[in-house]
Amino acid sequence: MESSNVIELKNIHYRYDRDLVLTNINLAVPKGAFLGIVGPNGSGKSTMLKIILGLQKPRKGSVVLFGQQQSKFREWERIGYVSQKANAFNTGFPATVYEVVASGLTKKAGLFRMIGNKRRPQIEKAIQAVSMEEFMDRNIGELSGGQQQRVFIARAIVSEPDVLILDEPTVGVDSKNVQTFYDMLERLNKELSITLMLVTHDIGTITNKVTHVACLNNTMHFHGSTEDFEQVKDNELSQFYGHDVQRLHHDHDHSNEAPTL
Amino acid sequence: MIQAIFEYEFLQNAFLTGLIIGVIAPLLGAFIVVRRLSLIADALSHVTLSGIAASLFLSKTFVVFNGLNPLWLGMGFSVAGSLFIERLRTVYKHYQELAIPIILSGGIGIGVIFISLADGFNTDLFSYLFGSVSAVSRSDLWLILAIAVTVISVVILLYKELFLLSFDEEYGKASGLSTRFLHLVFMIMVALVIAASMRIVGILLVSSLMTLPVAAAMRVARGFKQTIFFSIAFGETAVIFGLFSAFYLDLAPGGTIVLSSILILLTAIAFKKLQAMRK
Repeated sequence: MESSNVIELKNIHYRYDRDLVLTNINLAVPKGAFLGIVGPNGSGKSTMLKIILGLQKPRKGSVVLFGQQQSKFREWERIGYVSQKANAFNTGFPATVYEVVASGLTKKAGLFRMIGNKRRPQIEKAIQAVSMEEFMDRNIGELSGGQQQRVFIARAIVSEPDVLILDEPTVGVDSKNVQTFYDMLERLNKELSITLMLVTHDIGTITNKVTHVACLNNTMHFHGSTEDFEQVKDNELSQFYGHDVQRLHHDHDHSNEAPTL
Repeated sequence: MIQAIFEYEFLQNAFLTGLIIGVIAPLLGAFIVVRRLSLIADALSHVTLSGIAASLFLSKTFVVFNGLNPLWLGMGFSVAGSLFIERLRTVYKHYQELAIPIILSGGIGIGVIFISLADGFNTDLFSYLFGSVSAVSRSDLWLILAIAVTVISVVILLYKELFLLSFDEEYGKASGLSTRFLHLVFMIMVALVIAASMRIVGILLVSSLMTLPVAAAMRVARGFKQTIFFSIAFGETAVIFGLFSAFYLDLAPGGTIVLSSILILLTAIAFKKLQAMRK
């Protein structure tokens, strides 16, 4: 039996050395949502994603994925993941865009099975979804940061996941292309009905795209729909961003929706 | 040499063994290079030396061990060394490269002790260090063939997992891959290939056959599969050319194979430069 929430965190605590990184985190991501997670550096955003993905073990609390306890969950191909590019991959790696995207099918294809030509249409479809078809046979290292990030999204969606988790995907993408990048995410969310979870610094950009917002600073400050967030936005954000919010909104030129202090 | 190959069994052994390692060394080498583990292969080859030396010592001292193929102990030491490296890498999480000098010097240290105990160098040992055209026996050939079949099957069966492990380990973990187990399988394969290759290229030069063809292939190939195919093609060329020149010039094949590989590498670099200039 599957509940309507695709991901649920209940009372999560996480400690790194002596610092409490996450305290009493509760989160529910409804099916079809586009959740934006904001918070300052070191607020535990990435850690929270890693806990969901099983890369980190929480000290306390439980993770429920598609209505199943994480320890019993086996259908990892239902969750796509795009990490912060910079620290996760070796740009000199001699692999083509096609090969990288195909590697997203590793789990789905099953042990001892090859990813053969039978799956080629599926792989090409994912590459088309991020508009990278003309670069299919190029080596990944020859592409720009934004293009590489699109390839990683294609890799994450090739297995047709129900949820896509993205950790600051616009780091290294030049500001011109950030807007197109978010448009693409919105399309994935609406047209392919993929539930999205996005950690970001671009508070201004996301508020007109996302359906839900979570503000995290070691504890959960706010978690709810975007409409509710609009009411408390100024207060919430200035609490932990201080003057940075002002600077952020100038950087991204979304003066109409960025919070004022 | 072509005629001689049909006449002499030892030449057949050397040639066939050469052809086999020309495939498996660059095949695994492609993964080793992209995972930045080239030096680990070097460290493991030195551990194999201690196994060979131990075996030579044992067969000289104890009658029971007489006739024991040194390849077995070499292989055993190499596999044990690969497991030990993994242990060290978890102990020194932030200084993972420390495992290399520890294993490398440890391997030579133990090797030297056994060599001295066995009363120093002899031609047998020399052939293990730098390879030999004449020292490969039929039983060596069978053992190396068995290793090759195992390694090639594992790489084919686990290709997509090994690719993901090499390209993006974290993503592999996030998609539910048992990366620790996979890495262990990989290290054991590296140990086996090193043991298999040293008969021809020699312990001191084993890692070159795993890295130089790959370095050349990376200059000209597009994509990872192509890199593997080019690596094997370059590896085979170097082995064949190296064995022929070793035979005619009466040299140790380790040296001629490495020089052939370097020649191929330089050609690949020059080719790429020329290509870039023409654009």
